Amino acid sequence: MEYLTTIGLEVHVQLRTASKMFCSCPHRYGAPPNSQTCPVCLGYPGVLPVPNRQAIEWTMLTGLMLGCRIARYSKFDRKSYFYPDMPKNYQISQYDLPLCEGGYVEVDLENGDTKKVGITRIHLEEDVAKSTHHSTTSAIDFNRAGTPLMEIVTEPDIAGPEEAYAFLTSLKQILTFGGVSDCNMEQGNIRCDANISIRPVGQDGLGVKTEIKNMNTFSGAQRALAYEVERQKEILNSGGRIEQETRRWDDVSGTTELMRSKEDAHDYRYFPDPDLMPMVVDEAWISRLTAEMPELPRTRKARFERQYGISPYDAGVLTADPELALFYEAAAAGSADAKAAANLVSNLLLHALAEAGMEIGSSPVRPEHITSLVNLVAEGTISSQIAKDVFAVVFETGRGPEEIVRERGLVQVQDTDQIRTWVRSVIEENPGPAADFRAGREKAIGRLVGAVMKASRGKANPQLVNEVLREELTRGGV
Amino acid sequence: MSERTANGMDIDYVAQLARIGLTPAERAKFQGQLEAILGAMRKLDELELEGIEPTAHAMPVHNVWREDRAREWDVKDAALRNAPARMQDSIQVPKIVDTSG
Ligand SMILES: [Zn+2]
Repeated sequence: MEYLTTIGLEVHVQLRTASKMFCSCPHRYGAPPNSQTCPVCLGYPGVLPVPNRQAIEWTMLTGLMLGCRIARYSKFDRKSYFYPDMPKNYQISQYDLPLCEGGYVEVDLENGDTKKVGITRIHLEEDVAKSTHHSTTSAIDFNRAGTPLMEIVTEPDIAGPEEAYAFLTSLKQILTFGGVSDCNMEQGNIRCDANISIRPVGQDGLGVKTEIKNMNTFSGAQRALAYEVERQKEILNSGGRIEQETRRWDDVSGTTELMRSKEDAHDYRYFPDPDLMPMVVDEAWISRLTAEMPELPRTRKARFERQYGISPYDAGVLTADPELALFYEAAAAGSADAKAAANLVSNLLLHALAEAGMEIGSSPVRPEHITSLVNLVAEGTISSQIAKDVFAVVFETGRGPEEIVRERGLVQVQDTDQIRTWVRSVIEENPGPAADFRAGREKAIGRLVGAVMKASRGKANPQLVNEVLREELTRGGV
Repeated sequence: MSERTANGMDIDYVAQLARIGLTPAERAKFQGQLEAILGAMRKLDELELEGIEPTAHAMPVHNVWREDRAREWDVKDAALRNAPARMQDSIQVPKIVDTSG
């Protein structure tokens, strides 16, 4: 039987604030256990939480980037919680008056279409501590407890595991461009839960859904959802019934396992936190944030294609990361050929960085190096083949391309007489291809050009080589 | 076993949600106290509340927050001394198994 899949996601995003959500403890990853704690985030009696204004503002900014309505009146609520990773026995969250509602994320589908995945709401809450489980005990590190966590809830608009992956990738790009989160998956900056159901094609109502927790990477989420679709299909195909339950994804075994069933669903007993005053957002604040809003990845991609005449693929690569986009724009600014600059960055530079295990932020090649390489080729000073070699030296040494070209005598040979000398000896040494070309096999010239380039150690101007070769081959005609 | 009284108070359910065990004597005592509180709140039902905006706080104050500045508290050792058990620099608790309900 054919089934349709329906997925809704809850994405938890850690904001990149300097301090925690309700206390002034540093918000820093990798510090020694429990060193980033204070009486507030340890839940001591008599302490008072004070919200971090930056976290509230970044949540609003996220809402604006996703086209949400920003609440004019919002509040924090207490959610009852009985695990040791939240020492107050409640988590401060937002219940009925979240900071943002509505909105969407545009997702590119494999068939080339663009789809809008609806956003239900975005609210702000505090993260819980990190637990490490041992055989009979668990160890708790409260460094993460009380750090600002934004929860983005989607509509059940996602039609499959691949679409979920594409959604998460687009969302991450927007969040990174907005500078609200580092979205570092290894550090758990972005994690998600999902609601997923399937139904036979033709059935109107949605099927019974299960909730999948503990998906910590985007590829893990895609695999978890694909596994769950198959699990549900098998049950339905064998005449079974899907239970409404919460299942936990185990990334190592690649399976989901039952956590709890909905029969004993939580009663969180939300109520407004009397320690925290409501938030009132005025038009002026929203206007200021709107004005400060960065150019979104999709808008930037379209502009790159238009402004620099580069392919949609290259534009996509160059706008995948805000720092890379800035780098490219700086490199293209003074370049005689913006397309060539895009090639150098998206092919040579990204490849070299990946090989060296480096990020664009620590690149030894600077945007101005790309600009001069492009211009050296455009002026005919060096060939594009030599440009690749010069690039490798720039990457290794961080020195400027002009300097390297001058020092190593890599300036392109434009001297026709010199080129003619190479051409003549190459024709003499390669009678076969020369005869083939004279016999009308146009392609044979490629081997001869290659041989001349080799003889010149890459320094001959390839266009001139081509011209002189044709002259010499026809002159010596049959 | 548990049931709601006329005042809408299911003491066993409330105790279960709060993760506390009650003796029969405590059960009777708290049932009476909580019902009295609910009864007091019912006075609101007598008021004409049409057109009154719900409020999230008793004080007419809003937008109380701080700037995003971090400082070190250096309370780790004191906190760990207060913990019932520790494992190196972590607080040790009975193993957490999600059988919540
Ligand atoms: Zn703290």
